[in-house]
Amino acid sequence: MTIETSGITGGGTGRTRGIARAAVRGLALALVSLPGAVLCLTLSAVSIALIPIGVGIVTTPWVLRGVRVFADWRRLLAAQWGGVRIPPSYRPLPKDANPWARTFGMLADPATWRDLRWLPVDMTAGFLTALLPTVLLLYPVEGFALAIGLWRVFPDGYWYGFVPVTGQASAFGAAALAAVLLLFGHHFAPRLLAAHFALTRAVLGSSQGELAERVRVLTETRQVAVDASAAELRRIERDLHDGAQARLVAMGMDLGTVEMLLDKDPAKAKELLAQARRSSADALAELRDLVRGIHPPVLAERGLGDAVRALALRLPVATEVTVELDGRAQPPVESAAYFAVSEVLTNAVKHADADRIWVDLHHTDGMLRIAVTDNGRGGAVIGAGSGLAGVERRLGTFDGVLAVSSPAGGPTMVTLEIPCALS
Amino acid sequence: MRVVLAEDLFLLRDGLVRLLRAYDFEIAAAVESGPELDRALTELKPDVAVVDVRLPPTHTDEGLQCALRARRDRPGLPVLVLSQHVEQLYARELLADGSGGVGYLLKDRVFDADHFVDAVRRVAAGGTAMDPQVIQQLLARRAADDRPLARLTPRELEVLELMAQGRSNAAIATHLVVTERAIAKHTSNIFAKLGLEVSDDDNRRVLAVLAYLDHGR
Repeated sequence: MTIETSGITGGGTGRTRGIARAAVRGLALALVSLPGAVLCLTLSAVSIALIPIGVGIVTTPWVLRGVRVFADWRRLLAAQWGGVRIPPSYRPLPKDANPWARTFGMLADPATWRDLRWLPVDMTAGFLTALLPTVLLLYPVEGFALAIGLWRVFPDGYWYGFVPVTGQASAFGAAALAAVLLLFGHHFAPRLLAAHFALTRAVLGSSQGELAERVRVLTETRQVAVDASAAELRRIERDLHDGAQARLVAMGMDLGTVEMLLDKDPAKAKELLAQARRSSADALAELRDLVRGIHPPVLAERGLGDAVRALALRLPVATEVTVELDGRAQPPVESAAYFAVSEVLTNAVKHADADRIWVDLHHTDGMLRIAVTDNGRGGAVIGAGSGLAGVERRLGTFDGVLAVSSPAGGPTMVTLEIPCALS
Repeated sequence: MRVVLAEDLFLLRDGLVRLLRAYDFEIAAAVESGPELDRALTELKPDVAVVDVRLPPTHTDEGLQCALRARRDRPGLPVLVLSQHVEQLYARELLADGSGGVGYLLKDRVFDADHFVDAVRRVAAGGTAMDPQVIQQLLARRAADDRPLARLTPRELEVLELMAQGRSNAAIATHLVVTERAIAKHTSNIFAKLGLEVSDDDNRRVLAVLAYLDHGR
């Protein structure tokens, strides 16, 4: 997307650079799309045609997968070069399915047929729209070359576009046409490339694709959320049952015994009273820890900013917290963000071997962004039992994402983003 | 000594009133919400306020905010804040104005009536009463990343901890079962190692310690 902005707002040189880039990219696209699409279409047609004699059953999944790779690569280019998102919408195939099931599974997928329909479009209209920016910029060069003397090489006359070049005068005519073409190219080259991507999206993209993908993600994250909250409830129940509840029972028993001993053995009663008081203090401490684990008090009282500050104060590593939040997010979002930061900080303290940590929280454009940076030894990855995978899953429930940059040798920077509104 | 008490749970409020009366405090008012507390603090001018952090109507940190507001209007107004949990963040805010007469304790400390009443009296007299939990957290992290504290002996750290809670030398001596002279020696060692000037004023020295602990994060 920065490509577009530099092309439009970057002034004269920026614009020229944008056009040159469009031309180079268009040429690259044209050079790849024509042979690629022809090859894919031919192989697909042959492979599908061979299904009745059995060979196609084996080859078709491979060929169609190749087509998908080609289409996916073009989706990637559309996103990176044109800022055009074309979400894929292939149905997932079971991994260990037999070739028969795979072949017919893929052929039953409307996305496969969309790919195959796109191939002929790509090798014709797609090829042209990709090539035109280059042509519009290179062809004028020939016009100018004719004007400065190249016409002498062709004594029998030469057609430049629709201008017959026979002498210096008509060569100047060719140059004029070249200038017009160049102006035209200067104006339209980036748009032609955009048109190429728009065409790709029109044919390759599915109106259902985005929705289907969204539904899949939502189903997945809902499952995670349900599992996580069920596990959380089990943990709370167990902690209450084994901890505070048991201590209160013990306290009640002690008090009952005290009642009985009060007259008979005051010294023993006193001892038991002290024990009962200890039990109540322990029960309180356990309840406090439990509450902190469910919903930290500072978070409830002050919101995310101060909760993270309070968290930082408890860390054994010097931690600097910057907060730019003008309002509070919804409680579930606050809670998810808090526990995510808590987990990331715990990770940093445990594994990074850092002596400084910086936490930065801010909210812009409807997005809560939190960056946790440490000056430790790096090497953190999502997965590998680092706990970061769990954070990622939990953020997923809120459409949040987690990114980790942690080269070996450090520093580590973990970034969280959750779309949300503040109030 | 006139006390304003703010606590929204009836049972606890009632218990605190009875406890404080038993120790010859006069209860000027026992309120259950932030606005009532605001009014009581400005109108009744108590000698000390005992305040729960979480109060209606917001059920967030209304009590703490009231206390901080009242202390801005009347610097040094003695306030003892009680909470179901202790946070260094809140302790810092209470100590920030440096005028003394603050306490911040876990509600559990009420169980030990003598200790609790002692804390109320200390705060009313312009001293401090910080919950051991706060002090321990502070010391734990300072010891981890600070040179001067690393130079203290375990015994000196123990003394510093008790000092930071607001205890006098005599109280510390009783607690550690040593002579007061020994404690005086420890404290002067601590001040020397931390580079603090010795002062006879108990309150000042605790504030100095806390300010030191607070400083340089």
